[in-house]
Amino acid sequence: MSRLFGVPDGMSRRHFVSHLAGAAALATPATAFTNTLLANAADMKKRHKSAILLWMGGGPSTMDIWDLKPGAPTGGEFKQISTSADGVAISEHMPLMAKQMHHMAIVRSMSTREADHMRGRYYMHTGYVPNPNVEYPGYGSVIAHELADQVADLEIPPFVSVGGGSVGAGFLGMTWAPFVVDSNGNVRNLDGGIDRARLEQRLAMLSAIEDKFITEKRGGASLEHKKVLEKTTKLMSSSQMDAFKVSKEPKEMLEKYGENGFGRGCLLARRLVERGVPFVEVDLGGWDNHADIFTTLRDQKLPVLDQAMSALVSDLSDRGMLDDTVIMWMGEFSRTPNINGGGGRDHWARSWSTVVGGGGFKRGIVVGETSADGKEVVTEPYTSQDLMASVLKSLGISLETTFTAKNGRPMKIANSGKVIKELFA
Amino acid sequence: MCRSNCMRRFAAVSLRVTVILVAGAATLPARAADEHFGIEPVRFINEQITAGWSDAGLQPAAAATDGEWCRRVYLDLVGRIPSVAELDRYVHDSTPTKRAELVERLLGEEYEDEFARNWTDVWTTVLIGRDTQNEQVSRPGMRQWLRRALAKNIPYDQFMEELVTATGVNTNRKGLPGFNGAANFLSGKMVEMGVENGVQATAKTAQIFLGVQVQCTQCHNHPFNKGKQNQFWELNAFFRQTRSLNREEGSGAVQFVELVDQDFEGEGKNPEEAELYYELRNGLMKVAYPVFIDGTEISKTGYLPGKMEDGTPYGANRRQELAKLIKTSPNFPKAIVNRIWGHFLGYGFTKPVDDLGDHNPPSHPELLDGLAERFREQSFDLKELMRWIVLSKPYSLSSKMSAKNASDDPSVGEKPKFSHFYLRQMQAEQLYESLLTATEADKAAGEEGARKKDTWMSQFVIAFGTDEGDEATTFNGSIPQVLMMFNGELIKQATSTGKGGFLDKVAGQSIPNAAKVETLYKAALARKPSKNETAAANALLVARKGDVAGALQDIWWAVLNSNEFIINH
Repeated sequence: MSRLFGVPDGMSRRHFVSHLAGAAALATPATAFTNTLLANAADMKKRHKSAILLWMGGGPSTMDIWDLKPGAPTGGEFKQISTSADGVAISEHMPLMAKQMHHMAIVRSMSTREADHMRGRYYMHTGYVPNPNVEYPGYGSVIAHELADQVADLEIPPFVSVGGGSVGAGFLGMTWAPFVVDSNGNVRNLDGGIDRARLEQRLAMLSAIEDKFITEKRGGASLEHKKVLEKTTKLMSSSQMDAFKVSKEPKEMLEKYGENGFGRGCLLARRLVERGVPFVEVDLGGWDNHADIFTTLRDQKLPVLDQAMSALVSDLSDRGMLDDTVIMWMGEFSRTPNINGGGGRDHWARSWSTVVGGGGFKRGIVVGETSADGKEVVTEPYTSQDLMASVLKSLGISLETTFTAKNGRPMKIANSGKVIKELFA
Repeated sequence: MCRSNCMRRFAAVSLRVTVILVAGAATLPARAADEHFGIEPVRFINEQITAGWSDAGLQPAAAATDGEWCRRVYLDLVGRIPSVAELDRYVHDSTPTKRAELVERLLGEEYEDEFARNWTDVWTTVLIGRDTQNEQVSRPGMRQWLRRALAKNIPYDQFMEELVTATGVNTNRKGLPGFNGAANFLSGKMVEMGVENGVQATAKTAQIFLGVQVQCTQCHNHPFNKGKQNQFWELNAFFRQTRSLNREEGSGAVQFVELVDQDFEGEGKNPEEAELYYELRNGLMKVAYPVFIDGTEISKTGYLPGKMEDGTPYGANRRQELAKLIKTSPNFPKAIVNRIWGHFLGYGFTKPVDDLGDHNPPSHPELLDGLAERFREQSFDLKELMRWIVLSKPYSLSSKMSAKNASDDPSVGEKPKFSHFYLRQMQAEQLYESLLTATEADKAAGEEGARKKDTWMSQFVIAFGTDEGDEATTFNGSIPQVLMMFNGELIKQATSTGKGGFLDKVAGQSIPNAAKVETLYKAALARKPSKNETAAANALLVARKGDVAGALQDIWWAVLNSNEFIINH
């Protein structure tokens, strides 16, 4: 490209600028090619698998949402209601989800040991407890790493995190790190505030410097840098970035998901998955309810969750995407069965619930059981690793997959967790 | 310029040489000055490395240019690229010993603050990682201690001892007595899964100060090396008198941590022989007492030192005993030599740098051993070790490979031969400080700039921060990093044409445009533009229709975003 700048004397400015434009076109994908692929979008949809993690930061009280204990002293204020799944009852404050439970499975026998926010968050995302010697990759990075190849023309990063930073890529490397956006789909620093023509002129200059350094044969890092530059410039002009423009959705759709950050985030997740992104995490915080839990859940948290989550499930189902899209719902832990003096519940990891659905999961079921007061898992207990193994299986990812950490040690995917067999028919 | 100053500095160098000559008892050939500046360990490095090239049939790369060498030595020693003035001073200096003189200055008083800042960044990441969420660690406390220790260049054995035996309050806050920032090394490594067992303290101490990876042997005998499970727990026993106490003020939240030593009664409740138990894979429990990695046992007592009524002393401080054993261990100087070598040359003699042992033989065993010996003889002086390495031949080579040395490629698993300089990405802090040096962005933003420095820095660390285990020799860039360098707040400020800023000053000089472009190149890349680049720059001047400041802005943006800027080469 630097060849361009041996501009002969007398070359007209117009001629010159047209060269620049040509150079810029080389840096962006052939539009025609992209369009063909878009035309085949419906076909593509069937071929790619994705997962959406609804992350409930703070540790939601699953006894008040998915595993109620009416009448028990620990049971709290909420009643349970029956759902579209036979014999499955959930909280009365989740009426919309109650109509979607035939698509979902509740695992009521989660039993973990990390009841500190930071550690629990790490453990539930990675299947490993924090270790200062190895940084493990989280769900998003692992799944993006395994599924990125299935959509060949994907220009959007394969792991998008909406409204929160998630957990990083660890030893898998920065390519698989979360691409963080806010719930309106805004990408930080995407716009430099200069016009396209000038940006292209700058990029031509940049190319001259990059190429000089690369041709001097100084090693791989210089080439890798240019590759990331190209990915970024592609992204900046990519038509795929439309997937982030969640406000383009029809009014009814925006209302269906809920006019709030989490609703927008879930809708954005659907748009991204539709475009081929293998993993999207959407964060909803505010579950650390040490005081006054029932009012907070009833008036604030559950209505938002219920609306957005049910909209997502039914929307994916309506679009025929649910068989290829796994939905996961979880926090870092749950909350104490005992209600404290302030009308709240504290941290509890020993017995709690997560919810999964879509993909290859068996649906409309409950797995496992807790004691009458909710304090013990009375069936086989499951861990973060087991849940992760199950999610990977439901996406068709081999549990024999082994990564090599930076220290050269082999790391089995999902920390050798065992598949929760009840989740599969 | 400054002839007399230079002479004086040169005299200082010569003086040092004499001292080393006596200490090292080596006779150096008379023509030595060019090759190793009369410093025996430099000669030793050069001999060893050169022998490795002949054995492997490699021819080293050409010497780096003055600009390249100056840039890398600033980056590696003080954590930023040189300013145009600093670069010019070095490049235009024609003294044959100018490299030694620059190193002398960078290690001396003039750069003491910057040296300490840079190495505080490096050591903070090594000692406590980049995790900012561990409530039992105070990063400011850690940094405060490091900055003082590094500015004073305290001997490395003392450095290790203060960290390994630290007690005290980890936060420096008004009204809190007993502050000791060194306590932060261990304060966050004592408790795991709610159990105060010092497992992480054991693993990190062994890894950092002894270069051995024992963490796997916590649960089982090591599959590849001689590590046995009992060794882990015997080393762990040294940390069983240590408690990391959460001190609270008001409601619930941890306010600060105090690291203390307490009598350890032992899991069998016999403080005279205070043992711990660990579980074998087959479920059997075994007992462990403090035994160092070389098999040296210390007293089994769990009591801290004291005196009986009749004056008989009893007890032992296990961490203090551990520090003594580490000091005399041959692994101790080897581990730090390997780490520091890796810092300057991109790869250590082993990969990773903190995994020494028969299972992972070093690329240059004699060199590693010899440098370790010399480092011990030199009273564990870190600056001295750094001086040897940056004045050595391998550090002086170009990063441009040739057919005669391209096969020397550690990134594909080959053992490094150091026949050319290996590229590596700048660390977040280096990149940030370099941007400020090159662009004076903080000054251009005036008072607001000073205030914003912290925000910019944290944005950078979030976007560019890699954890200590990461290889800097591969570019691990991500799209958000590039977007930040393309369009971020700091870059906007750095490329602003606002009055009084760097670009404004360059644009306003009454020199030809070509010279202005050259200034930008020197400021960021420590070189002049090539023909092609000059043409590209001219194209931008044309495109901006004579708006010189605007064109310089475009060029500056491109230069700052280039691989050549972001990579230490």
